[in-house]
Amino acid sequence: MAKADFEIPQLQEFPEVPAVVPGTMAHSQPYIAKPDFQEPLGFPGELPDDWHDKAIEAMGDLLGKYRSLQVYLDSCVKCGACTDKCHYYLGTSDPKNMPVGRQDLLRKVYRRHFTFAGKYFPKLVGAEDLTKEVLDDWYSYFHQCSQCRRCSVFCPYGIDTAEISMAAREIMDRIGVGQKYCNEIIGKVYKIGNNLGLPEAALADTLEGLEEDVEEDTGVAVKYPLDVKGADILLVTPSADFFAEPHVDGLIGYGKVFHEAGVSWTLSSKASEAANFGMFIGSYENMRRVSLRIREAALELGVKRIIFGECGHAWRVAYSFLNTLAGPFDFLDPNYPVPQHILEFTWGEMQKGTLNIDKSANDHMVVTFHDSCNVARASRMGSEPGGQFKIPRNVIKAVCNSFVDMAPDTIHEKTFCCGGGGGLLTDDLMELRVKGAKPRMEALKNVIEEHGVTNMAAICAICKSQFTKVLPYYGMDMDMIVSVHQLVSNAIVLTGQNSDDDDDESADDDD
Amino acid sequence: MSFLTVAFAALFYAATLLLVVGLARRIALYWKTPAPLKIPTTPAPVTQGGVVLRMFREVVFFESLFKSTKWTWVFGWMFHMALFAVLFRHLRYFQDPVWGVVTWVGPLFKYLAFAMIIGLLGLWARRLFVDRVRYISAPSDHLMLLLLLLIGVSGAMTTFVAHTDVVAVKAFFRSLMTFNFSDMPNLPSDPFIVVHLLLVALLMIIFPISKLLHAPGVFFSPTRNQIDNPREQRHIADWARKLEQ
Ligand code: HEM
Ligand code: HEM
Ligand code: SF4
Ligand code: SF4
Repeated sequence: MAKADFEIPQLQEFPEVPAVVPGTMAHSQPYIAKPDFQEPLGFPGELPDDWHDKAIEAMGDLLGKYRSLQVYLDSCVKCGACTDKCHYYLGTSDPKNMPVGRQDLLRKVYRRHFTFAGKYFPKLVGAEDLTKEVLDDWYSYFHQCSQCRRCSVFCPYGIDTAEISMAAREIMDRIGVGQKYCNEIIGKVYKIGNNLGLPEAALADTLEGLEEDVEEDTGVAVKYPLDVKGADILLVTPSADFFAEPHVDGLIGYGKVFHEAGVSWTLSSKASEAANFGMFIGSYENMRRVSLRIREAALELGVKRIIFGECGHAWRVAYSFLNTLAGPFDFLDPNYPVPQHILEFTWGEMQKGTLNIDKSANDHMVVTFHDSCNVARASRMGSEPGGQFKIPRNVIKAVCNSFVDMAPDTIHEKTFCCGGGGGLLTDDLMELRVKGAKPRMEALKNVIEEHGVTNMAAICAICKSQFTKVLPYYGMDMDMIVSVHQLVSNAIVLTGQNSDDDDDESADDDD
Repeated sequence: MSFLTVAFAALFYAATLLLVVGLARRIALYWKTPAPLKIPTTPAPVTQGGVVLRMFREVVFFESLFKSTKWTWVFGWMFHMALFAVLFRHLRYFQDPVWGVVTWVGPLFKYLAFAMIIGLLGLWARRLFVDRVRYISAPSDHLMLLLLLLIGVSGAMTTFVAHTDVVAVKAFFRSLMTFNFSDMPNLPSDPFIVVHLLLVALLMIIFPISKLLHAPGVFFSPTRNQIDNPREQRHIADWARKLEQ
């Protein structure tokens, strides 16, 4: 079990809603962005003297731009339906981690400055001035929301705390109080092209290495092309796919699928990152700037289609926002949706029968599937609502003989966040990440005990990294977590492949 | 005319004005504030018709609340449906002639006052005894329930215990509505109806400046009223389009 200087929650067979314990997570704050990380994004480097007025002005500006913010700040009736729905509340007992508790941090200032009742009867309606202490609370608790939208499923008005958190982060950024992790990463995307700061040469090297590995393994020369002009498909994938485990096994899988489908495809060094952290900080301008790289790459390479690799929030930005931010994509082939998800592609090929699958390659696993929050509640796959639940499961079942779902109120639209989404996947928030993973860990442990589940598949770079890190805290094996396309990769039999599929690489996942 | 009559006439004109103007301005604000991004909570309908249906289920059955907590749903739904039924029955004080259905359901619907009161008590109990809900409650959240309870109880007292001259009440409101004061009667001064009307006026006044804005708000909620078709149709706000120039 990993060491920690905080208490690791006990997993329960029948999860209970904890009693309110105020302030347990008030100390949890991510590192503040230094001026160098603020300025490339167009934000001031430090808290100015007139920060209070600037913050109120920013709030007013956002209220005029976002209907969600305006309507949600007005509409909450404090019914309490959301109070037990957030994994961070369930894991920390801190009432400011209840979705409505979190919203109220912003709402009380909104009421004070923008509503009649709050201006004249602040005590009555719980309105408060924006003080340094309140700002401090904002910084703590708006960085304890993974923008997973679970609360919005259960709120009778669909109030989405993610919208509130994004607005709060944007307000803080505009007064120089940015979060280091997100803002530094966005800076890297502008400078180098991806979150990890992998330059083109390193990328080319890595891909070459992958080609060698796959060829050694299968005897087939599967290509992982970079910057190939005139390719049909541009693949945009999270940069963790280039080297992190188990992400890279997913990338290997995408390449094998493309190879078997016989399509021409390419990665781009300019858009070598699917993630768009502009969303996490609620900044339309930054989200747009990050998205435009993809448009430019598609134009420069002259591709006909854009496909996204396995990533949760990246798929949200791609599916829901890309057309808005960087469209219209009338220069691409109109026969395909823009963009497509790699699972839509793979499932399509499976239905066409172009893939030769040997399910027994995954017989050492009993697999469950973690619905990533942004895929589940903020996007879709396929043409039917709910395709985002069916298609990944269809693909998994097509390549695995044993699949088991976790408890119904922890999957599909009710899925629990991994605990590391929304710009919180940083070591300075480890306590929060471990505690926030509790509900998912509970559900996972239950299927391990009842059904002998050995592996959990995921389709998000953040989920994969977060689980790899957090599973050991709960006494589980970090290798349990697999990419969906890793399962595909295991089972796919390439045309002309060596027939010794017994020495399958991932057999050592089994313990 | 009695002082009470004149005072209430003035009060109801003022309250109506504040309610209508306040609500109209708020709705106009929601209407014109753009939603720059597609954010429906998915799975979401892919057609306009689907969205109408989703909204219908939300408003009539409180679908999301039902998924969420059964007790709040039971009391909340009971309260709201009883409230709407009671208000429907109240049409008879304002219509001339009264619709057939209103007369017809009247005797039956009057017992729904109890459902409304029980619903409110249940909601209040939850607010008082569930620590999470107590934590998020401001004084105004308790007072709102108290206000509605008092309106309900004073109304029910008038209906079931200490009757008032309903004909006079109706004539009073008809005069206000038609601006025809020549044969306006005095408003009955039975304590329950006076309290009832006073609190109703208060409710009307605070409606547009309180959380009661959830009633129009739900229709404007982007997570509930947007169609899930971002890949098929480009959705862009005016302020965002300016960034493209
Ligand atoms: C479109 C019409 C409306 C819809 C869809 C609606 C829906 C809801 C829902 C779902 C709740 C949360 C659950 C609950 O506590 O009951 C709620 C709460 C509430 N509603 Fe409404 N409502 C509407 C109109 C009204 C009106 C006209 C009033 C008052 C005159 C009202 C008063 C309240 C109050 C006071 C609460 C809070 C209850 C509490 O304190 O727990 N609602 N409403
Ligand atoms: C100007 C508006 C209103 C007027 C003139 C009015 C008048 C009355 C009168 C005259 C009664 C007694 C009926 C009888 O004796 O049969 C009554 C009953 C009642 N009122 Fe109101 N009322 C108004 C608004 C409201 C509102 C907004 C509510 C709820 C929030 C409400 C809730 C009730 C209830 C629950 C009863 C008892 C049940 C019933 O008779 O239906 N009233 N009202
Ligand atoms: S969006 Fe997710 S993390 Fe944020 S408050 Fe809602 S449930 Fe919690
Ligand atoms: S469920 Fe919605 S209305 Fe109810 S308390 Fe939470 S945010 Fe407010």
